[in-house]
Amino acid sequence: MASIGDFMSRGHKDCDEAFARAEESAGKDWSATEAKFNIFVRSMQQHLAMEEDVLFPAFEEQTGMSGGGPTETMRIEHEQMRRLFDEIQQAVTARDANQYLGLFETLMLLMQQHNLKEESMLYQMMDEVLGAQSADLIGRCNALEPA
Amino acid sequence: MKPGGLSFEQAPPFSVPLRFFLSAPLFALLAALVALWQGAEVFDSRWSPATLAATHLLTLGCATMAMAGATLQIMPVLAGAPIAQPRLIAALVHAGLCLGTLSLAGGFLFGQPLLLESAAALLGATFAVFLGAVVASLARAPLANIAIAMLWLAMISLATTATLGLWLTASRGWGIALPAAAMRNLHPAWGLLGWTGLLVMAVANRVVPMFQMTPAYPLWMTKRLGVAILALLAAWSTAKWLDAGPFVLAGTAALALLYVLFAATTLWLQQRRLRRQPSPTLSFWRAGMACVIAAALLWTGAALLADAPPALAVLLGVLAIVGAALSLINGMLYKIAPFLAWFHLQSSGGAGRQVPHVKHYLSDRMQQRQLWLHLAALALMIAAVAWPAVFARAAALLFGASALQLFANLVAIAREYRRQLGLLAAAR
Repeated sequence: MASIGDFMSRGHKDCDEAFARAEESAGKDWSATEAKFNIFVRSMQQHLAMEEDVLFPAFEEQTGMSGGGPTETMRIEHEQMRRLFDEIQQAVTARDANQYLGLFETLMLLMQQHNLKEESMLYQMMDEVLGAQSADLIGRCNALEPA
Repeated sequence: MKPGGLSFEQAPPFSVPLRFFLSAPLFALLAALVALWQGAEVFDSRWSPATLAATHLLTLGCATMAMAGATLQIMPVLAGAPIAQPRLIAALVHAGLCLGTLSLAGGFLFGQPLLLESAAALLGATFAVFLGAVVASLARAPLANIAIAMLWLAMISLATTATLGLWLTASRGWGIALPAAAMRNLHPAWGLLGWTGLLVMAVANRVVPMFQMTPAYPLWMTKRLGVAILALLAAWSTAKWLDAGPFVLAGTAALALLYVLFAATTLWLQQRRLRRQPSPTLSFWRAGMACVIAAALLWTGAALLADAPPALAVLLGVLAIVGAALSLINGMLYKIAPFLAWFHLQSSGGAGRQVPHVKHYLSDRMQQRQLWLHLAALALMIAAVAWPAVFARAAALLFGASALQLFANLVAIAREYRRQLGLLAAAR
């Protein structure tokens, strides 16, 4: 039976790859960079939606924890990431390579420490708490409309 | 499993780790000044007063200072359980490390038993507080995972290193007899291969794939290497204590092999990274890993020699401490400090005002400059082992310059953080 942790960690890897591609051509080929950045943001938004719309509510309902629980910090960091997406979009529009790369580095650090908390703690807890529903939850994640 | 115990409470205030990070290069600078003053003697033998002083300024004042600060910082993220009373613990540990290290170095340099006695008391209390706080947090962790297990191993190693060190210091200070001469070799081994090495592995396991988007370490390595190293260290120590020659040699070779394996794997992973942007931190890591391999091979080679010249032990110290430990710590500081500046500015609100990105607080150019100083200093220190009279002071100067630049770079981050904090407050 697929675990939530394995499924979502694979999602992290996919987003990492999209991230690296979007970072590569900055300053050299802006139209390619813009296209790759859009792909990356779509992957991210889809992943974030899986957590916020499917997994977090199920976890919060099962454990009775919402405010003050681990998912609250995760939601706050999702918002920080979305703010960074907006700032990066501005850098793309302005064709500002330094700003773009600086923001990408910031996003990487935020994303990776965020993923660290999820992969080393939260997903494991979700699998323990939501184990019986995991197939159904993964199905619902896959069924989400693309961003 | 206690879901209610899982807390990703935001990191301790910036001042908690920052004081450690700012102090570390100052102790490195102090070590450089000792070497500048004493000259060639520092590179002649590991036992000379100046060498002992400089070594501990580096291992305690610089390396352990940075690692302690980083550990206090990372506990909520890795263990899901923050340190209780982080401000108080940080203040006590930082003050204790500063005063204790200064006392210890002074005691070695000036041959003052009173300074050594003070050092033993101060450092004993400091490590008791630090270990108590970290272990309490680890014990409260709501889950078990590899990162937590590795931290436990690192703490066991630190406790062993500190106990041996205190005993050795007490022996010099109060003239207490040592139960075994081998303790003088067990202490650096546990400090470097245990405390430093295992903490680096715990961190590397996460940040190497993280920072450069490399593949993950092989699962068997992640799960088994730490325990294998600790077990081997214990076995090697026993053999050393009992002076069982062949077993000591076998233990040395086995430990060296595991470290070569780890360093080579790290370099290989980094070679296969997805992110190809140039990065000073990556360069620091590569230099550090190369020195781990060199030090491991040198250690094994020296163990095979019936009568190894004293210079080999000094070279080993240079490679392991400056080349490996300090390179890795240096590189990590350039990731951690800018991120924390950004993170704390973000958290302090600032509706409508953009917080500048991480590269704003410290440019790649300034990091690169310090990287070159560090590598040049390392090269000169290696040369100084071979020709102390010629290269010792030049090496000391360059190493001091590198430490000063690192300090200046970290201060720049702190300054910019404060400035941005002011701007955010004004915008509200």
